[in-house]
Amino acid sequence: MTLTVTDLTIDIDGRTVVDRLSFTVADGARFGIIGESGSGKSLTALAVLGLLPDAATASGSIRLTVDGGVEIELLGLPDRELAHIRGSAIGMVFQEPRTALNPLRRVGRQIGEPLRIHDGLSKHEANARAIELAHEVLLPDPERLLRRYPHELSGGQRQRVAIAMAIACSPSLLIADEPTTALDVTIQAEILELFDELVDTTGASLIFVTHDLAVLAEVATDVVVLSHGRAVESGPVAEVMRAPQHPVTRSLIAAARATSWSPGASR
Amino acid sequence: MPRLLRELWRRPAGLVGSVVVVVLLVTAAVALFWTPQNPFTANPSIAWQGPSFAHLFGTDAIGSDIFSYLMAGSKTTVVVAALSALVAGLIGIALTALGSLTSHWVREPVAVLIDILIAFPILLIAMLLSAVFGGSLTVVIVSVGIGFGVNLARVARGEVRGVLGTDYVLAARASGAGPWRILIRHVLPNVAPVFIVQLSLAAAVAILAEAGLSFLGYGAPSSTASWGRLLSSLQRYITVHPWSVLWPGLTITITVLGLNLLGDALREATDPRLKESRGEKTRRAEWRRDRRRARAEVVR
Amino acid sequence: MIRFIITRLLLLVLGLFVASALIFFTLRVLPGDVAQVIGGTQATPAQIEAIRRSLGLDRNVFLQYADWVGGLLRFNLGDSLVTGTPVATEISEKLSVTLPLALLSLVVGLLIGIPLGVVSAIRHAKASGAVIAISAQALAAVPAVWAGVLLISLFGLALRWLPTQGFPLDGWDEPGRAIRSLILPALTIGVIEGAVLLRFTRSAALEAIGQDYVRTAAAIGLTKTRALITHGLPNVMLSVISSLGLQIAGLIVGAVIVEQLFQLPGLGRMLVSDVGNRDLPKVQGDIFTLTAIVLLVGFAVDIAHRLIDPRQRTEGSS
Repeated sequence: MTLTVTDLTIDIDGRTVVDRLSFTVADGARFGIIGESGSGKSLTALAVLGLLPDAATASGSIRLTVDGGVEIELLGLPDRELAHIRGSAIGMVFQEPRTALNPLRRVGRQIGEPLRIHDGLSKHEANARAIELAHEVLLPDPERLLRRYPHELSGGQRQRVAIAMAIACSPSLLIADEPTTALDVTIQAEILELFDELVDTTGASLIFVTHDLAVLAEVATDVVVLSHGRAVESGPVAEVMRAPQHPVTRSLIAAARATSWSPGASR
Repeated sequence: MPRLLRELWRRPAGLVGSVVVVVLLVTAAVALFWTPQNPFTANPSIAWQGPSFAHLFGTDAIGSDIFSYLMAGSKTTVVVAALSALVAGLIGIALTALGSLTSHWVREPVAVLIDILIAFPILLIAMLLSAVFGGSLTVVIVSVGIGFGVNLARVARGEVRGVLGTDYVLAARASGAGPWRILIRHVLPNVAPVFIVQLSLAAAVAILAEAGLSFLGYGAPSSTASWGRLLSSLQRYITVHPWSVLWPGLTITITVLGLNLLGDALREATDPRLKESRGEKTRRAEWRRDRRRARAEVVR
Repeated sequence: MIRFIITRLLLLVLGLFVASALIFFTLRVLPGDVAQVIGGTQATPAQIEAIRRSLGLDRNVFLQYADWVGGLLRFNLGDSLVTGTPVATEISEKLSVTLPLALLSLVVGLLIGIPLGVVSAIRHAKASGAVIAISAQALAAVPAVWAGVLLISLFGLALRWLPTQGFPLDGWDEPGRAIRSLILPALTIGVIEGAVLLRFTRSAALEAIGQDYVRTAAAIGLTKTRALITHGLPNVMLSVISSLGLQIAGLIVGAVIVEQLFQLPGLGRMLVSDVGNRDLPKVQGDIFTLTAIVLLVGFAVDIAHRLIDPRQRTEGSS
């Protein structure tokens, strides 16, 4: 499965926040999108699934090519059809685990929901599968934990629940929008490892959005660097790190170095 | 202040609301000196006439000009609305002051008292006071003032608690500032936007309360022109003259609507600005924190 | 949880006491003399003194209050000064009209306010959403008297579908006729309360639209609309429930006015005439009953909210 973004342009209230962005995510690739706050990286991720805020307009092309050669143009697709793709072919994990889950529902039910929507599982079957998924994302004591409500879980646990929801229907593409930024440093490493393993075992493609180069280096093989909505540099992570061409890239490396990370430690 | 007005008039609601208030005030001012006809003359021979040049809204059961009566009534409306808002504001400030005192033993009972007083609808307060003093416009004003003032204090409570927890207040208290200083320098400026919004709503509620109470017989006396009294007296004849009640009804509705729109626009005009500056402050603080952290890492 | 219920119950009892004290002592601030008013201008000082003694007005104010509260606890609210009949009896008779009226009005308000509030939030960027919002604003500004008059003119007089005055003498023995008498009054209050509810629901729904978990629900495969309805709405309903406590006050005010307009034999109308008669025991009893209803509903709403919201059910979280 390949995702090809061509000349993606996003406008909000007349301002252009993403400007003719183009990149390709190959089958099984681990693609990073990095930039500072306001560079348009999160909006790019949201545009793929048609989840941009109402005030935003997008133009260009986001083409999904599935096995068998079928091409689907995602941009402009009616919401009803996008909903079929969301959660089944493409899964997404968001930045803030504290607000990403419905506070009035037990977490087990929330993990099972995509299964009931796309695979037509019954409540009982979805519950059983939810426990298996909880094991996969390394949640402790799933039988008991899945009966809890989100506010009873820690931030890291809530993020694992969100990941379980995203991978429930075995998507071919997983999009992660700054999934570790709101977590404690110690938990961050665990979640990154989890992403690493999941993508390895399922063979899915990954789009990882972050502002932290140290984090990106742990999971991504290719990267595009955004600044003010434009791609300023792109290529394999190791090369870009070794020989940065653009000042933005260089400042990102400098920031990462300040947290005692070295370029050689990347994938 | 000028920035507030600009923000206010940018929105259609604020514009409409302001226009309504200005028209009301101008009408009341003019009515002090002149109305097209004498609103109180009884002239049964021309009763129940439809709209005409001499009687823009027609005449009522005793031949008085409805338009002139409504003009005269606007004076009552302005007085009732303004005084009610004033009383509500004073009571609200008093309760807010009590609620922001440092003593835990004062704050909690006051909060509980406010929650209990909320249960008294304005109309019941008015009935209670009317039983003692007889119905009058003063009773209307005091009832709305108490009822709304308590509501005001409750609405402001969240804001007050927020302010009391900020670093500014903690620092002020640590350097020995007394409760009055904290109230005047920290609490009041922060709850002022909430108060301003609520005051225009108080005026709207006062007008509706006067209409209702005058209908029940406990509002304005017969010697005072009031919109509520006209509504009440014309309402008795709807079986034979269904159209005349339109005029006081519309007048009241448009005025109340205008005040509500003004309140809504004020809320929007004062809120996002606060949110914006707060957001900027936190962003700046975060950036400073990050740089400090990065520098610390390098040193290590 | 139990601790919360007990604390809240104590607050309720405290509220009832404070309310009773406020009502009682306010009425005793009379500048005039009740005994004089009852005796009339022809009465001799001795007769007035006798009246005062029979009413117990010569005793210590606090003793009078204690008496009254003692009676309250036994559901005895004293006797009417004008008719001599027990206040409690009269009140319970009138409640059989006022309570159903309030309930019916609430239902009308909920049916109008909640669905339209949600729709106007979903369509807030379109014309239809704005139209609904503005209409609600306009409706909330209409004085109840005028609204009632308009409905009477339309449905009662022009179309002659519904009765415009009074309540059947046999009361609820003939439920069909009784309900028909309550329809226009309930519509009058309900439409205005519905407008208020609509604005509240709309802002709660607008908040729900922007919530992250609604976006997550869309991300797992629901359409944006379904995500809002299945995940956003229950949270909206929660805030609406907590506002119901305040709505009840508006319903009571509406009932007082509407009972007068439609000549319904309810508690509101009785209160108005009791105040006119300066019938103190009845005024006390009437206002206390209505206030007690508001406090009780507030209590019920708080408990319900606490029960429904899982965030408040569990003590402490990880």
